[in-house]
Amino acid sequence: MRTPLFALCALAVAALVFFALRLIGNEYYFVAGYTIVQYIVLATAWNILGGYTGYVNFGSAAFFAVGAYSSVALITFANSIDDLLPESVAPLAHSIFPLPLGVMVVIGGLVSGVVGYGMGYLTLRLRGAFFAIATLALAVVLQTLVVNWDFVGGSSGAYVIRPDSVPLVGSYVQYLFILMLLMAVVAVTIARTIEHSKLGYGFAAIRDDELAAEASGVPTLQLKLIATALSGALMGMAGAPFPYFIGFLQPQSAFGLEYAVNSIAMPMIGGTMSWVGPLIGAILLGTVQQVANVTISSAVNLLIVGLLLIGFVIVAPNGIVGLVQDWTRARRKP
Amino acid sequence: MDFPLLINAIIAGLLIGGFYAAVTAGISISFGMLDIVNIAHPAFIILGSYIAYIVNIKLGIDPIIVSIIMLPAFYLLGDVIYRVYYQSFEKRGAESLRGLAFFFGVLFVTEVVLILTFGVDYRYVEAPYIGPALSFSFVDLPLRILVPFIVSLVLFGALQLLVSRTFTGRAIMAVSQDQLALRLMAVDPIRIKRIAFGCSIATAAVAGALLIIIQPVEPSVGREYIGRVFAICVLGGLGSLPGTLIAALLIGVVESITSTFYGPSWAPAVSFGFLLLTLAFRPSGLLGR
Amino acid sequence: MSALLQVRGISKRFGGFVALDGINLDVQPGERLGLIGPNGSGKSTLVNCICGTLQNEVGTVHFDGQAMDGLAAHQRTHRGLSRSFQLPRPFASLSLADNLKIPMFYTVHKRSGTPLHADNIDARCAELLRLVGLAAKAHHRPRDLTQVEMRKLELARAMAAEPKLLIADEAMAGLSQSEISEILALLKRLNESGITIILIEHIMSAVMSFSQRLVVLVTGKKIADGKPEAVVRDPEVVRAYIGE
Repeated sequence: MRTPLFALCALAVAALVFFALRLIGNEYYFVAGYTIVQYIVLATAWNILGGYTGYVNFGSAAFFAVGAYSSVALITFANSIDDLLPESVAPLAHSIFPLPLGVMVVIGGLVSGVVGYGMGYLTLRLRGAFFAIATLALAVVLQTLVVNWDFVGGSSGAYVIRPDSVPLVGSYVQYLFILMLLMAVVAVTIARTIEHSKLGYGFAAIRDDELAAEASGVPTLQLKLIATALSGALMGMAGAPFPYFIGFLQPQSAFGLEYAVNSIAMPMIGGTMSWVGPLIGAILLGTVQQVANVTISSAVNLLIVGLLLIGFVIVAPNGIVGLVQDWTRARRKP
Repeated sequence: MDFPLLINAIIAGLLIGGFYAAVTAGISISFGMLDIVNIAHPAFIILGSYIAYIVNIKLGIDPIIVSIIMLPAFYLLGDVIYRVYYQSFEKRGAESLRGLAFFFGVLFVTEVVLILTFGVDYRYVEAPYIGPALSFSFVDLPLRILVPFIVSLVLFGALQLLVSRTFTGRAIMAVSQDQLALRLMAVDPIRIKRIAFGCSIATAAVAGALLIIIQPVEPSVGREYIGRVFAICVLGGLGSLPGTLIAALLIGVVESITSTFYGPSWAPAVSFGFLLLTLAFRPSGLLGR
Repeated sequence: MSALLQVRGISKRFGGFVALDGINLDVQPGERLGLIGPNGSGKSTLVNCICGTLQNEVGTVHFDGQAMDGLAAHQRTHRGLSRSFQLPRPFASLSLADNLKIPMFYTVHKRSGTPLHADNIDARCAELLRLVGLAAKAHHRPRDLTQVEMRKLELARAMAAEPKLLIADEAMAGLSQSEISEILALLKRLNESGITIILIEHIMSAVMSFSQRLVVLVTGKKIADGKPEAVVRDPEVVRAYIGE
């Protein structure tokens, strides 16, 4: 299926989901749905680097938080224009700020992409293990920086006032949901396009045997940087609307453990070899967690995710998609 | 420049650095020598802290004694985990991605189980040397850091002896360099790796007890140490125990000075900075192989 | 005619172990060079240094008039150097045909300037697989291959990069006599079409029949370099090789 057609189908599915929820009418479903769709973006983004290229990112929370905090910085700046800028420039600034959320999403993506690129540049020349460790440490360091940066609220957090309503759509949460759906369509389309492209072959070669890939002419460092930057950018985009969604952003929430583990668990449980895996993983695990958060405690919920991750990694390394493929292959044999 | 402050910062840094060396010793073995990226190691350390805490609170036994009693249990834990790891990943030659994800899962599950069992409140132990400090003119040596420092050096010395003097120890060094030669000597490299990994986790028992002596502990403290531990390991040169000690002392001192003069909230950034710089400019570390 | 490949003074140490000690080597365009030596003599290390998989601390490599020092392996492949690995390193998650597409996408495509058509690529893959006798398994994964078939895949992948100089590192280990003849014939045909070939082998009959010139490496040093018949009679070679 050609990419434009796929994108259209994905948009159609997204529209269907949105209007179905509208029909149900309960605002809670939009809130829960936002989180699940957010995970579709995060899981898909993670998989571009982790599943396709084989480089594990343990610090997904870092990129997500970079997106969230770049929004907070822009919002705080918009609110403090009169304090920060000289009078000559202030009116101009007022006409530009506050930026529309769509623009902030793009900016969040850009900043995260740059962070990803920078970190990759420093660590990707070495083995995948070093990169993985560096991503863990990056999360800690970025959190430290944010905690010390009073402009975005530091450790005490930042309040973000959510607009009451949005023209055409009505509720702001529904608007955020649409935005996230669009991002999911973008992420999944990008992932699928890469998979079938020359770039995807290059990624796969790097994952399977980086040395042989180099010897075959694949510019491994360049491709890995592309993967890291793209993955980071998508995660940052997912994080950009988060301050509006949550209303009060503390570093603990933005850098929360659930982002790190879910970004890894969802693709690995769903299946890392294709764009379908993270999608399935995010929807399944995301839904289970939303239910569990309400019925059991959120800590037990995370425990289950962790155990599932370990279990799948040992028993079903190609995830649910892999299991389905094995099952259909077994049935096809006489 | 406030010299007494600087001197105290340096000394505190050296003492803490010694402790960091004990924390990193396990990773030196598992990552440096066996090439296993056990990022769950800090979780085992925290586990050791909590065990020391429970026994200390219930039975009043000194945490260091507790950790020594727990050595065989932790060794066994390491043995079991290596078996699972070997069967599931190493043997199949699977990509390191899965091994990493496995250990991440273990790290995660351990932390969550601790949260469920003990909650997120800080826990601390009681011992006679927590509180008092030795003082020489302007130099303060808090015993709660000095005693772990001494124990760390003993642990380190024991490891170094093990690795250089015993047959098993030298086999561990050998297995990281040439498995085939080891087989030709009728030594099973898998068994050696299992022993080494067991020792690696056993060190976590001691490190955990020392940690909770130095500072109050809650489940997420482990994650702070991941960056630190790997930074020290890489800076010191993978597989070099003496290198690890030097790197640990160095990082301890720099962290301490940063903390004293710029505020403690910047300390976690120090080890990462070191890690990045080392990886970018001298990945073989100070005393690398 | 200046040499296609000029290796000067390459040395490589691993810690205290000296793998290569001052290797000098010239390979003329269109030549068939044989490289032999006992296990551990440094042959694969030399290949790795020439191709950029390993960086040598000392010495230079010139290929096709350009200095290769500092260039990454993929850049050297783009310039026409290609090699097969002694221990096959296939792309395990890709089919055999797709394995060959990698060098086609990233080397041939890059070099030619004009993008290759998908049909063109598929045709070339099929042709290459046929040449090495793997056409039947084109859509299988490497895990379905025997050791011998994996070596053939290795060779095919190296060929897919359309090199000027191809280094075949023990591509024929474990092959039957007829298979060896097949591969030798293939390599000879490649050579006739203008590709310079360095053959690294232990199978002396193959080396002798194929090589125009023979180089012997022992414990990191080049101890002989000349016509095959003369080299195998060189007393030092006899002592080092047969004394092993």
